[in-house]
Amino acid sequence: MTLTDRLTDRLGGIWDPRSLFGPLDDVQSDAGYAEDHPPRMGFFTDTSICIGCKACEVACKEWNMVPDDGFVLTGMSYDNTQGLGASTWRHVAFIEKPVDVPVPAGSGPASTGVDLGMPSLGVPQVDDQEAPSGEGGMRWLMSSDVCKHCTHAGCLDNCPTGALFRTEFGTVVVQPDVCNGCGYCVPSCPYGVIDVREGDGRAWKCTLCYDRLKADETPMCAKACPTQSIQFGELDELRERAQARVEELHEKGVEVARLYGADPDDGVGGDGAFFLLLDEPEVYGLPPDPVVTTRDLGSIWKHVGAAAGALAAIGIASFVGGRR
Amino acid sequence: MAEAHPVGFQWVVEAKKRGATVIHVDPRFTRTSALADLHVPIRAGSDIVFLGALINHVLSNDLDFRDYVVAYTNAAAIIDERYQDTEDLDGLFSGFDPETGHYDPASWHYAPPPGEREKPGEPEAEDDPSAKGYEAKHSHEMAVSDTHGSGGPPVDYKPMRDETLQHPKCVFQILKRHFARYTPEMVEEVCGVSPEAFRKVADALAANSGRERTAAFCYAVGWTQHSTGAQMIRTASILQLLLGNIGRPGGGILALRGHASIQGASDVPTLFNLLPGYLPMPNANLHHDLDSFVAGQEGKAGFWGNVRTYAVSLLKSWWGDAATADNDYCWDYLPRLTGDHSTYTSVKLMIDGGCKGYFLVGQNPAVGSANGKMQRMGLANLDWLVVRDMQLIESATFWKDGPEIDTGELETDQIGTEVFFMPAASHVEKAGSFTQTQRMLQWRDKAIAPPGDAMSDLEFYFLLGKRIKEKLAGQANGPADEMDRPILDLTWDYPLDEDGEIDAQAVLREMNGTGPGGAALSSYTQLKADGSTRCGVWIYCGVYADEVNQARRRKPHWEQDQTAAEWGWAWPANRRILYNRASAAPDGTPWSERKKLVWWDAEAGRWTGRDVPDFIADRPPDYVPPEGAKGPDAIAGTDPFIMQTDGKGWLFVPTGLADGPLPTHFEPAESPFHNPLYAQQSNPVSKWISDESNPLNPNYSEVYPYVYTTYRLTEHHTAGAMSRTLPYLTELQPEPFCEVSPRLAAERGLTHGDWVTIVTARTAIEARVLVTERLRSLRVGDRWIEQVGLPYHWGPNGLVPGDSPNDLVGVTMDPNVYIQDKVGTCDIRPGRRPRGPALVAYVDAYRRRAGLGTVHVPGRINGTEVDPVPEEEGQ
Repeated sequence: MTLTDRLTDRLGGIWDPRSLFGPLDDVQSDAGYAEDHPPRMGFFTDTSICIGCKACEVACKEWNMVPDDGFVLTGMSYDNTQGLGASTWRHVAFIEKPVDVPVPAGSGPASTGVDLGMPSLGVPQVDDQEAPSGEGGMRWLMSSDVCKHCTHAGCLDNCPTGALFRTEFGTVVVQPDVCNGCGYCVPSCPYGVIDVREGDGRAWKCTLCYDRLKADETPMCAKACPTQSIQFGELDELRERAQARVEELHEKGVEVARLYGADPDDGVGGDGAFFLLLDEPEVYGLPPDPVVTTRDLGSIWKHVGAAAGALAAIGIASFVGGRR
Repeated sequence: MAEAHPVGFQWVVEAKKRGATVIHVDPRFTRTSALADLHVPIRAGSDIVFLGALINHVLSNDLDFRDYVVAYTNAAAIIDERYQDTEDLDGLFSGFDPETGHYDPASWHYAPPPGEREKPGEPEAEDDPSAKGYEAKHSHEMAVSDTHGSGGPPVDYKPMRDETLQHPKCVFQILKRHFARYTPEMVEEVCGVSPEAFRKVADALAANSGRERTAAFCYAVGWTQHSTGAQMIRTASILQLLLGNIGRPGGGILALRGHASIQGASDVPTLFNLLPGYLPMPNANLHHDLDSFVAGQEGKAGFWGNVRTYAVSLLKSWWGDAATADNDYCWDYLPRLTGDHSTYTSVKLMIDGGCKGYFLVGQNPAVGSANGKMQRMGLANLDWLVVRDMQLIESATFWKDGPEIDTGELETDQIGTEVFFMPAASHVEKAGSFTQTQRMLQWRDKAIAPPGDAMSDLEFYFLLGKRIKEKLAGQANGPADEMDRPILDLTWDYPLDEDGEIDAQAVLREMNGTGPGGAALSSYTQLKADGSTRCGVWIYCGVYADEVNQARRRKPHWEQDQTAAEWGWAWPANRRILYNRASAAPDGTPWSERKKLVWWDAEAGRWTGRDVPDFIADRPPDYVPPEGAKGPDAIAGTDPFIMQTDGKGWLFVPTGLADGPLPTHFEPAESPFHNPLYAQQSNPVSKWISDESNPLNPNYSEVYPYVYTTYRLTEHHTAGAMSRTLPYLTELQPEPFCEVSPRLAAERGLTHGDWVTIVTARTAIEARVLVTERLRSLRVGDRWIEQVGLPYHWGPNGLVPGDSPNDLVGVTMDPNVYIQDKVGTCDIRPGRRPRGPALVAYVDAYRRRAGLGTVHVPGRINGTEVDPVPEEEGQ
């Protein structure tokens, strides 16, 4: 048995690769909660019935006393809060997608080049020769994004102060009175969710309304959602519900419907907050294949351990050699 | 609907989940369109052509629900032989007087039964106010057509009927002829809607109507804001009646209101021409006493025949023991109308110096009403102004920071208006009821006390009334002036709640009414005309039945059946679907098992079902009223529309509308297009406010070539006082913007996200522009229609100030309800607008090029047009 193996053993499985990557049946037990912990809770956001009212954004801010995020007309459709951040914990994306149709000859191009499906950040391109009239119709995708409360949460794994912790509901929460603002969590999130607030210095993100969960209440965004696009519940049950909804949509001919973040085999071990999307994840500004940034932490530590062991051996050897 | 009513839209989403087809017809692609199965972009203001073509489609292809139409509508009624249609007169109906610009509706009436017309009668003197002709002539000035809300105007006799619908003068045949020219080709030409899209809508509607299925129309109040607004809704009503979609579950036409309790505001009401419960406001020339007030209605068929009962109970509610049979129940205490006192006419009166004081309660006309400059000019000419609001709105600060101060058109030290700002409580800081579109009252409790001096409107008026009463009663020199009796005698003795404020539930109970013993009544059928009952709003009678606030019931829908009758309370009598007798066939059996709602239980001898039957409970389907029956006794067993004097749904309106018995397409008051249907370009009886601040763009003008339309966004509330003052809502839509199609952007050189200037003859405003295919260019023949979308929530105050789009809008009004036309023409250019006096010069230059001259003259008077004289472009 090598030194690192012994170290790993001694540290009680902290470097158990299953804690860092891959499916994990019981995330709370893994975090040290007793067997009788409550079920893992989460969000299922069904974007096919999101009407973009932004009630989730406002309700979240009201309850959690999150400050406004600045008054900026972005020109990104009706999205003026731009993305998740320290002061926006629910964010509704608006994606305008013209539908291409065959156009009568001579009436010019109906669309402007190849649509990569990426959300537009600036000025929609207008053909100089003949401007599009929009006769093909539109799709206007709306989706309320939120912290994913990953099974393997890079932010939590990298937090040096313990400010980030796994709750008994399986969610990931920052304790603002512990956070020292080091910002290590920020690049650790594969979704770019957690952020440090300017002028405050601390890291902030969705808590899945931890205080409300403790009082057996529904998180504010789900409570405020008029169309039940945001559904809150036990994660296992939500995954079943979501699967049924996808199948229902497929039966109705909406073949583009797909789940995002519902698969425990994905790069973050599945999300505590997952989505039903009507297009590729990139279209909504979501990474297509997120991987927890600490996936290789075990092997990194192993290598570090091995290197340290080797260094120690060399040192010892040098002393031994010196006596010779 | 998702845009302005996201909470209500959850039920559309629910319906869609259950298989409903959702169609959205709107100039812009909205959040509703995003969820709809089909979005049909349309030119703003062309709605009657679209709906009329659907009517034509239904009639031409025999898609109407014939059994329903024959039995329950006035399709079989024979119209007066003198009647002439717009088909005969190229856009006018018979009875038009070009001199006054008004219609005499006499020739639109039902043909009199044999012998009726020949009846000898006193010839009517021209100016005799008691004569019917006088009323027809003057009703136009008093928006009387709007006062029939609950009852419909009376007809003198039930019509002769041809149930084969073949008689050339029967409504069905008139309808067919009238709408024959509303074809899919015309839809394409006028609305910019392709025949394919039209066909999809027509097929979906037809497939989802009839015995087994129903379809509903939902509209937000923007639909009414046209110079033909009332007739647009009428067109939808005709369509729904033909398809059998009224009085049945899943059917109807639902007006989604602009505020939480606009329905309540017309029920109770806050309108100049109505008393509570849709009783007309008495007229100074016509209604000298209670008898003359009720004469037109009393004794006619239907529940409106009991009008005296409702009026006496109202007078008893207001003046209590002071109201006796001997003094006509204080009839003389009621104020009287002498003409049109609607909001825009009042503004004109302010400008002209005839209106000296004004209350603005939760209203911000300097931003929220059409032609902001005209509004501010009016406010600036008052002696005093009371503003009750939660924020210092533009209507309270116009005298120091309004746009006219900047341009120099107004100077602060020249404005004599004394403004009293009274902080108001928000909805969570007061108790009360909201009445929503389904006529349902929902009670809310007070959550917290209002801050500082803020108080509820109820408390404010209660205290104001108390102080005025004290002042009038306590006059030093002797007894109170007789002139002040109407106020001194008002019942004003309300109990106070635990906070020492007036108890809102006591007011609801007063509206509900009480019987001789002082106990709360449970139904308006208990009301008496002998002064023994009191009732503040007869249609609300029952909301406090059994001394319980029925509006406060909150049993969740999952604990009761689909009607959910124990959530809140809906007038009348907690009926959730009006005229629901029509959900059963004439013989009293449901039209279908799938759509059953109310039916006749022959064994019990009563109407029964899932809703409270909107019918006389024990009147059998085969009941035929005896000759000479009056009021409710005259309703036959097959007359579902019990408030109408003939018991039928009106496809054709024989009396009561100012602009014709059938909807007819006219172009908006400002239009780039000729009316292709008739020689008559715009609504011949629409009302225009003649003021130098209210010029109209000339039609077909190359100077103002584009159509604009104003609308709302989810993120803000109407004129913005409650939203653009809050950071959480402001950050969601932080700045004024307009929306244009990429094609228009290219045509005018507009860059996405940059500033643009929008110009009409009224003024010019600036906004950032979103170039988006959600605003679609509409193809009409070889021409494109471009529309500029203007969310209207911003103004000079608030966290992110900006120009108010309503400053662009002129005031031309629907002649029935005096709502403004929110559609007009404009130009749009890149860059910001000029500042200060240069703005006036800029707008004037446009006006000159359009042939309007620097004097702010109207483009048209009474339908006569001033030809535009386009000049060279270039500034």
